[in-house]
Amino acid sequence: MKIAVCVSHVPDTAAKINITGDGKGIDQTGVTYVVNPYDEFAIEEALKTKEKSGGDTVAISLGGEANKETLRKALAMGIDNAVLLKDDSYRDSLSVAKALAEEIKTQNAELVFFGKQSVDFDNSVVGQMAAELLGYNCISVVVDFKLEGNKVIAEREIEGGKEVVETLLPAIITAQKGLNEPRYASLKGIMAAKKKVIEEKPAATAANFVDVVTMKRPAPKQAGKIVGTDATAVPELIRLLHEEAKVI
Amino acid sequence: MGNKILVLLEQRNGQIKKASLEAVKTAYDLSSKLSCESEAIVIGNEIDNLESIGNYGINKVIHYKNSDLQNYSPSAYSKLFGDYAKETGASIIIIPNTSLGKDIAPRIAAKLDAGLAMDCISLDIQNNEIIATRPIYAGKVLLDVKLNSTVKIFSLRPNVFTAAMVGESKAEIASVNVDNPDLTTKVVEIKKSEGKLDVAEAEIIVSGGRGMKGAEHFNLVEELAQLLGAASGASRAVVDAGWRPHSEQVGQTGKTVSPTLYIALGISGAIQHLAGMRSSKYIVAVNKDKDAPIFQIADYGIVGDIFEVVPAMIEEIKKIKT
Repeated sequence: MKIAVCVSHVPDTAAKINITGDGKGIDQTGVTYVVNPYDEFAIEEALKTKEKSGGDTVAISLGGEANKETLRKALAMGIDNAVLLKDDSYRDSLSVAKALAEEIKTQNAELVFFGKQSVDFDNSVVGQMAAELLGYNCISVVVDFKLEGNKVIAEREIEGGKEVVETLLPAIITAQKGLNEPRYASLKGIMAAKKKVIEEKPAATAANFVDVVTMKRPAPKQAGKIVGTDATAVPELIRLLHEEAKVI
Repeated sequence: MGNKILVLLEQRNGQIKKASLEAVKTAYDLSSKLSCESEAIVIGNEIDNLESIGNYGINKVIHYKNSDLQNYSPSAYSKLFGDYAKETGASIIIIPNTSLGKDIAPRIAAKLDAGLAMDCISLDIQNNEIIATRPIYAGKVLLDVKLNSTVKIFSLRPNVFTAAMVGESKAEIASVNVDNPDLTTKVVEIKKSEGKLDVAEAEIIVSGGRGMKGAEHFNLVEELAQLLGAASGASRAVVDAGWRPHSEQVGQTGKTVSPTLYIALGISGAIQHLAGMRSSKYIVAVNKDKDAPIFQIADYGIVGDIFEVVPAMIEEIKKIKT
């Protein structure tokens, strides 16, 4: 079985994000990029599935040259092959999904893992879109995954609990934190990943339906008042919440 | 241009969720501004009091019905919803950004080849076009977007838009029995977290961080939360340490929340945590370190030992509750 994992290359969650002068993009100065955190769970689940059920794994990423860093990390963790769909330009989610779906088809992957969302644009949609475009089944925000033959049994997180969902292959699974503990790349894995060739090809083109009008900072929140420095301040705090803010 | 708005109503156990009423009211406002029609769709089995959504501004509802559709089925729901959107000629689709909405919206966008703006916190009309504002980078940046596709889909962040009644009227319900829904992908069981409120839905959240010093001290967080009818939350540090489940994590790799009151106990306020809760209406912080970043966004703070301050808070709140 061919197992694919789609990965994105995003600013570290600890990064301070600044907007460029024209208000259309993010200032790259001093921003460190990492593997999208949710994609690490996707990579781990692809590896675990391969260890259990056999098969070949491939990591796919859409973006610029820098995305190779993230693909190398996937290879170092144990993914067999990597493909970079080259495109430096802005793309909306559906346009990304269309290009990834093309490549998933080319790879003939029956099972595909995505992170449940990229922590840059926070849409949380590309996995479901790609599934729809391919006619694959899809379960999103998965915290538990089992494969029995061609039957998939997964748990997805919902408000106040979990849904147990069943479907069949071919399928796309989007990974939520809690699905597994991603492994660290071994030294051997890192060395082997350096020698591997990352296949490069242009990303399939598709129209953008989402135009960026502008980016702005949220209004700064004013620091409020320090009510006190020990437990004696509590009655005043509770009074403020009760009478001034009226929230309790 | 002839717009037509279609709203997805979400039901759980036959009850229409609050986020859906927010979506209905928002659609009503848009339809008056754009002078167009609006209608709603709901998929499920028996649904309580469905006519009452007329009070929020939509008077036409199509109800797809089958006992197998009581629980969510991504395949069946998205097929019925997508086909109906085409049939009725909807040009604007509004979906609540709940766990169900987040799952179905992208499927519909792909089916209809439509532009999609997820998790919107405002929909503004400029020159007869909708400008949607959505937080990105977990709220570090606000992005304004415009959709240039024929069909435009917007999902709305819960608890941001109001669900006010606009009058008294009963919606007209068209009930359609569905034969053989496509149940290829279906929910077979729901596991509820017993008696626990979810941070994504709570009006008040009490969150604990590393300053709680161990899993065993979270009974303090829970006691305060219970007293306030609040959900318990957690910082990434304590989730990663295994003190609390991931479902409680607030922040960039957890949940983004906007409750009325957010109480941060022993949370210093890492940038990824602040991003996830800064839009809370009121923020209270208790922390030993007066320089903790959390105090820069807190409305009220106590610089002090949580193990003294929190029990005192519990006592004081008990007084006003009686």
